[in-house]
Amino acid sequence: MLYFQPWKVLSILIICVLGVFLSAPNLFNAGTLEGLPSWIPHKQISLGLDLRGGSHLLLEVDMNQVLRERLNAAVDSARTELRNARLGYTGLAVQGNQVTFTVRDLDRLDDVRGLAKKIDQELDPTVGTDGKVTLTFNESALKARQQTILDQSIEIVRRRIDETGTKEPTIQREGQDRILVQLPGIDNPEHVKEILGKTAKMTFQLVDTNVSVEEAKRVLPPGDEILPSAEDTRHPGVAGPSYVVQRRVMVSGDALTDAQATFQDAQPVVSFKFDTNGGRRFGEATKANVGKPFAIVLDGKVISAPVIREAITGGAGIISGNFTTQTAGDLALLLRAGALPAPLTILEERTVGPDLGADSIRAGTLASFVGVALVIVFMMVFYGLFGVFADVALFFNLCLLLGTLSLLGATLTLPGIAGIALTLGMAVDANVLIYERIREEVRGGRTMLSALEAGFSRAFGTILDSHVTTFVAGVLMFALGSGPVKGFAVTLCLGVAWSLFSAILVTRLQIVSWVRRWRPKAIPI
Amino acid sequence: MTLRPLIIIKRIPNIDFMGLHKLGFALSIVLTVASVVLFLTVGLNYGIDFSGGVLVEARTQGPADIAGMRTKLNGLGLGEVSLQGFGSPDDVLIRLPRQPGDDKAQMKGVDALRTALGQSVEFRRVEVVGPKVGSELVAAGVKATILALLAIAAYVWFRFEWPFGVGAMLSTIHDSATTVGLFALLQLEFNLTTLAAILTIAGYSINDTVVIYDRVRETMRKHKSMDFRMLINKSLNETLSRTILTVSTTALAVLALLFFGGEVLRGFSIAMLWGIVVGTYSSLFIAAPLLYYIRPGRAGEAKDADEADRKPIAAAPTGPQGRTS
Repeated sequence: MLYFQPWKVLSILIICVLGVFLSAPNLFNAGTLEGLPSWIPHKQISLGLDLRGGSHLLLEVDMNQVLRERLNAAVDSARTELRNARLGYTGLAVQGNQVTFTVRDLDRLDDVRGLAKKIDQELDPTVGTDGKVTLTFNESALKARQQTILDQSIEIVRRRIDETGTKEPTIQREGQDRILVQLPGIDNPEHVKEILGKTAKMTFQLVDTNVSVEEAKRVLPPGDEILPSAEDTRHPGVAGPSYVVQRRVMVSGDALTDAQATFQDAQPVVSFKFDTNGGRRFGEATKANVGKPFAIVLDGKVISAPVIREAITGGAGIISGNFTTQTAGDLALLLRAGALPAPLTILEERTVGPDLGADSIRAGTLASFVGVALVIVFMMVFYGLFGVFADVALFFNLCLLLGTLSLLGATLTLPGIAGIALTLGMAVDANVLIYERIREEVRGGRTMLSALEAGFSRAFGTILDSHVTTFVAGVLMFALGSGPVKGFAVTLCLGVAWSLFSAILVTRLQIVSWVRRWRPKAIPI
Repeated sequence: MTLRPLIIIKRIPNIDFMGLHKLGFALSIVLTVASVVLFLTVGLNYGIDFSGGVLVEARTQGPADIAGMRTKLNGLGLGEVSLQGFGSPDDVLIRLPRQPGDDKAQMKGVDALRTALGQSVEFRRVEVVGPKVGSELVAAGVKATILALLAIAAYVWFRFEWPFGVGAMLSTIHDSATTVGLFALLQLEFNLTTLAAILTIAGYSINDTVVIYDRVRETMRKHKSMDFRMLINKSLNETLSRTILTVSTTALAVLALLFFGGEVLRGFSIAMLWGIVVGTYSSLFIAAPLLYYIRPGRAGEAKDADEADRKPIAAAPTGPQGRTS
């Protein structure tokens, strides 16, 4: 018992000092920290949005929409292929996640097999002997596609949020089809939500002037579609006219290289520039249709439908519409950042204002300090000197916990603070177990040293069991919980782990040093 | 250099826990059944984490005119809007029920609320949870709780023997169930943090049980022929001072959270406080006495183990035995 190998003593001391050292930066604010010499660690615990204030948004990418579009396209190309091959067919349609059709000529099934493969690389065909053909997404292509859509979406979301000037946003994928966005310091995310809520697919399409909307509603000319007006942001609630436009897209928004909000005749407008290819196509299309109107369509709604006065060959233009300064700015932003491959839905929003965050930090810190102070006094009242040893161990436990959190860059949440307070209350349990055991051994007639030895060794198994069970609960919380629960689980697990170290080794080291230094006759407990 | 403790628990008490265990069993069965009944009839006051919907904590300048705000919000057609004071007179907690429709409908609800209250209030906290996430959180929560209980039981089984595992699991289920019952009775908001509290309670309660089981096992090895009833009593009394001291330090920490931790942590603190009390009670009066009925085999007495398994069926009174065998 009395003999502690020197390397052990050294390791314990080093770990304790490291704990103090790593947790120290949290005492200073960021400004003071900047001024300190570089050998002092600068990593602080990062605060969760519930403490620093900010907005947390969980977005879902609507993969189905993209897949549906893909399947619709496959139907079109199947129709063309079948027509070219002069194959009679029936029932060509999208059914659930498949495209199906039935071929009439059962003698040419081999041709059908070859043809079905050509329809879409990502669709696997099965051809039945009855002539029924089903095209299904092949598993790996589907996964790859979803991955690409998610990655693209994340990229676009990042660009859009960067454009709004939000500082230090966190944008990360969550599961198969979700994006988690964290915006520190944003206490009203309505604007961000609005910007993320738009797909921003822009197209330039010619207006069909041969039919009126009423006529088209009755009989839609082939290759046309009817599109509503975009909402008039200056006069909300006023419904604009609908337009009959050609489905064929003159130029799409992908070809834009820049867009800026500006003014024309004191009206807010958006100026844009095409890339070379887009500029040429736009030039040709406008040249061929001088005098006719074309529609500028955003997400299936017509922003405006100006008449082409002359060929626009410069590769640049202006979109005027019923804009306010704000909506013109937003449109320019969306066009610059690019279109989302799929629509996003906001599943969850959690926003905390900066005041509440500050209040929570204050309350949480106060509660932790009061809790620790009470425990410290309690241990001294019930264990005297040994209580002080336990308190010293508790101090290092706290430092190591905070130090590890800083080092790992873990996020501290309000429940996390509760976790700290709670673990500190529970951490002294190990000391209580050891001390009670020592008392028993003394009562049982052991000498002081052997009672100390027995106390530590016999309590160890119990301490380990009780720590492991708490740890198990913590790990499960971390694995299955979300946001706040995770934060709690992290501090709980780390606290439990470090309490094993501090309550056993740090306390033991102190007791050994005390015995050697003072050569006491009896244990003061 | 000596610094003596002010208070020393010198004497090992001699409380007849086993004499009280039937009372304990009866009480626990009543509490558990009552909790289940409350859960099924009254139900829990689910926070938006689970039910979906909108929660807004707003601060007004000067004491809040709750009636006026209610009139304003009821005019929006957002369903049954609930408003209540929250901590200080300036703070109001506003809850919208889950809006009919999909995730987008929830966002529309909160946007309408933001616009209606507008500049007059400061939004301290806005939480919107769509139905999809809500149902996922319920599933994940239930899964976490069940897995935690199983994992803990498995660990205890692995470290001890199966009767200990069963005892530990039953007493932990009891603790979790009565905590849920308390939340149903007081209609406290049941949310993600509450769930974290329940898992922590499970961990804490098991911690307490394990310490006592450890002692029971040790005493079993030491006194091979001791009457099992006496053996349990002896183990409980010997560990009683530790039980009391640990409950006290943990309770002190939780009380500090309850009184100083602010409104947001209130539900968590209440759950924890209850859990600590009930967890300690169940270790003493449920987990330990259960061993009397599902008796673990004693070391080196493999034959006796079989016999011990059969014994309770003949000896035990009907009530508790029905739960354990």
